[in-house]
Amino acid sequence: MSERRLYIDPSRCIGCNACVEACSECETHAGFSMIHLETIQRGDTVQTTPVVCMHCDDPACAAVCPADAIKRTPDGAVQTSLKPRCIGCSNCVFACPFGVPKYHAGYDQMMKCDLCYDRTSVGKKPMCATVCPSQAILYGTPEEIAQGRRGTPINEFVFGGTTVRTKVSLMMPHGTDRLDVKRSAIVRKSDLIQLARVQSE
Amino acid sequence: MAKLPVPVSQIVAEFGPTLNDEPVGGWRGRGEPDKLVKTHCCFCGQQCGIQLKVRDNRVIGFEPWEEFPFNKGKLCPKGVKRYMQNNHPDRLLAPLKRVEGKGFVPIQWEEAFSTTVREIQRVQSQYGKDAVAFLSGVSLTNEKSYLAGKFARLALQTKELDYNGRLCMVSAGAGNKKAFGVDRAANYWDDILLADVILCTGTNVAECSPITTDYIWRARDRGAKLIMIDPRVTPMVRTCDLHLPIRPGTDSALMTAILRVLIEEGFVNEEFVREHTNGWEETRQVALETSLEEASRICGVHVDDIVKAGRMWGAAKTSFLLHARGIEHQVKGVDNVLSCINIVLATGRIGRPGCGYGTITGQGNGQGGREHGHKCDQLPGNREIENPEHRAYICGVWGIEDSELPHAGHTAQEIMNMIHEGEIKALISICFNPLVSLPDSNFTREALSRLEHFTAIDFFLSETAHHADIVMAGSLHEEEEGTSTSAEGRVIRIRQAVTPPGDAKTDTSILLELARRLGRGQYFQFESSEDIFNELRVASKGGTADYYGITYDRIEKEMGVFWPCPEIGHPGTPRLFEDLQFSKPGGRAVFNPTPYRPPAEETDEEYPVILTTGRVVSQYLSGTQTRRLGGLVELCPEPYVEIHPSLASEHGIADGDWMTVESRRGRVTLRAKVVTTIRPDTVFIPYHWPGKKSANNLTGRFLDPVSKIPEFKRSVVRIRKAEGAGPQED
Ligand code: SF4
Repeated sequence: MSERRLYIDPSRCIGCNACVEACSECETHAGFSMIHLETIQRGDTVQTTPVVCMHCDDPACAAVCPADAIKRTPDGAVQTSLKPRCIGCSNCVFACPFGVPKYHAGYDQMMKCDLCYDRTSVGKKPMCATVCPSQAILYGTPEEIAQGRRGTPINEFVFGGTTVRTKVSLMMPHGTDRLDVKRSAIVRKSDLIQLARVQSE
Repeated sequence: MAKLPVPVSQIVAEFGPTLNDEPVGGWRGRGEPDKLVKTHCCFCGQQCGIQLKVRDNRVIGFEPWEEFPFNKGKLCPKGVKRYMQNNHPDRLLAPLKRVEGKGFVPIQWEEAFSTTVREIQRVQSQYGKDAVAFLSGVSLTNEKSYLAGKFARLALQTKELDYNGRLCMVSAGAGNKKAFGVDRAANYWDDILLADVILCTGTNVAECSPITTDYIWRARDRGAKLIMIDPRVTPMVRTCDLHLPIRPGTDSALMTAILRVLIEEGFVNEEFVREHTNGWEETRQVALETSLEEASRICGVHVDDIVKAGRMWGAAKTSFLLHARGIEHQVKGVDNVLSCINIVLATGRIGRPGCGYGTITGQGNGQGGREHGHKCDQLPGNREIENPEHRAYICGVWGIEDSELPHAGHTAQEIMNMIHEGEIKALISICFNPLVSLPDSNFTREALSRLEHFTAIDFFLSETAHHADIVMAGSLHEEEEGTSTSAEGRVIRIRQAVTPPGDAKTDTSILLELARRLGRGQYFQFESSEDIFNELRVASKGGTADYYGITYDRIEKEMGVFWPCPEIGHPGTPRLFEDLQFSKPGGRAVFNPTPYRPPAEETDEEYPVILTTGRVVSQYLSGTQTRRLGGLVELCPEPYVEIHPSLASEHGIADGDWMTVESRRGRVTLRAKVVTTIRPDTVFIPYHWPGKKSANNLTGRFLDPVSKIPEFKRSVVRIRKAEGAGPQED
């Protein structure tokens, strides 16, 4: 069986914040969540999505760190900044294409998801993927995903011509092989189209 | 004297809700646990398995319990934070008494017990036994639920006993009994995985039973279709295959129309109907009496979508129908439930793998609690209190004469009405916060203030307990041993992780001591929760909810046992009706026609907007527990009004504006949440808050004639923009 990985499936997200609350229980960064929940556009939809570190193959956060405080483990987990090195400049905060790292004034360092290294290194799932009620955050093997899920995992993102490959995958509709992130018009869509039909009659 | 001794603000300043943000010792200081206790979450009917971390007799954190089969470690945010109650600054550590002008002051247990007993005896000798009422709740374990029923009937000797499940499961229970003769979800949730079509009606699955969403998604990944019936676009509606955005309060019309589609398009399983049911002909006639166009007009759902739903349901080989309070909290709650069961029976899809039906229990022990005898008309094992054989059996178990067993009393709302009318003079309550959870809060407040005596057993001082004369500091879920029964009908073990803090006592020991002091100790010789369970097993034996074969030992070894389980060697029953034998005459399930009945209140010029109420994922019921947990409160600090932009713009209301919602009973002023995810004729307010923010200032005391559930899901209101929040104190 191949190695387990983290998959994010926004279509399943119910916006409950279990991931956020559970993450903030961790002893290493207690009271501070390394995962956050994005509410997309509440006026028009109840869509939400969890945002975790995508653990890039070539992490921009580490590349721009002047203090070399952000390390990647041999198996590809990009770590929280090393406390003695982090100078709190927040370069990483601005450089990350996914908006993940946050500078925490209380701890005076940048902190981000490290894939629950303490849990995953002993064979457990990351905390967020363990508690997620809808399994919008799933920790499993590529085979489990291929057999069990109806979408396709992608881990290639294009930001203005730059391709970023990540350890964490995003579930997308079948036929998608990469996500080209463009500035595009926001489509306003009422979820109650059927209702409008009834009322217009 | 059950008026407030001091203003609410003063009580709140002393007893909360204050927010507990950090575990005992602070985030950094909680240290390593001495032990991990495998138990369950207390905050919804799914009863997720969870491990509590304990150090020095205090709960300091949690760890997922991945081996527990139902949730496999999954938890919603309530489950994550549930551990913070035991060390909470608001936790009651000693009994209290009301002192006029001072508030609530700590007293010795001796005074708490003797005052309560003296007052009960005074009221009963002056006004009769039934002038004392007992109100209970199903966040309690099976043992405590059983004990509450026996305590009221044998120690207080009153018939006026009911519980907060009256606001929860009673419509489903009554419907299930009429159709199947047994009150339980017909299947365990594993059958959801095998369903080809899943129909959810009146249930915000994502927020009220979050773990169920994974079951539904696993079915969808296999290709199952999902039909959602809901006036709002909830998170599961967002991605479903067919959404019927129903007008609140009209459900039976929609389901009956779907039945009509099944009949007209030849989807009825004639053989099943002929061999295994009664009542089809009349039900069929009623279904054919209402045209789809008429149903569409009533429900505000397009005819094409009704037909689509009928075809999706009709053509499927396997199916699962789930419903919850959305259809049950109505004056035709029971009819709505029956109208759902009719489409299940018409297609004969029950009792087989992937063919299921069930209501989603709302409260922690909503399932088990209602089976064992603190419902005004039921005796343990789901027995009927007016059935002579059932009475005789329980009298035998309890060692009493029939004349000593009270008959059926009144339901929770009726009891409150009787308190208001002065027919009931004294109240003992446990695990119930009617001032927040009953409809028409102003009426409830007035009623409570008329009590001559009120003793509340509670671990936090709930809003209702503000009106108490004596408050007895009881126990949390994690402070006593016991069992509960999940939405699936799985009996599970609740563990005592810690003993009650300070001078607080276990709920059980409080009830036992009261019984002893009332001179009825001979009926309450229990040394442990397990003793109570063992009596419950015998009391339930032969009833439909038969627990006789379930033991603490088995539950632990098997990680839960599904009732009915009539003998020790019996494997338990995850799926009911596999033999197509129903607990009704001739072993046949019963169709019940559901001719449409309108809601209690229709909209008119004065009150043109429909109000519906419900939950948010981060709060539980009346909020007496969850409004004290910092992490949860941050997720949804205040109630709000969900309103469609078209309705909002008619009133000049923008997102975030204060708005006033007013009914014939009262008003609230809250912020508007302007969203296209709700019907334009309907507004929604979550109900977990008290006082001026309470949605139940608006709802009415309109009850289903059978289940006596109030019509929370449909009131009529008028709305206007407000300048500010206005005065917030009561
Ligand atoms: S509230 Fe329900 S879903 Fe949430 S953790 Fe508790 S039992 Fe599980």
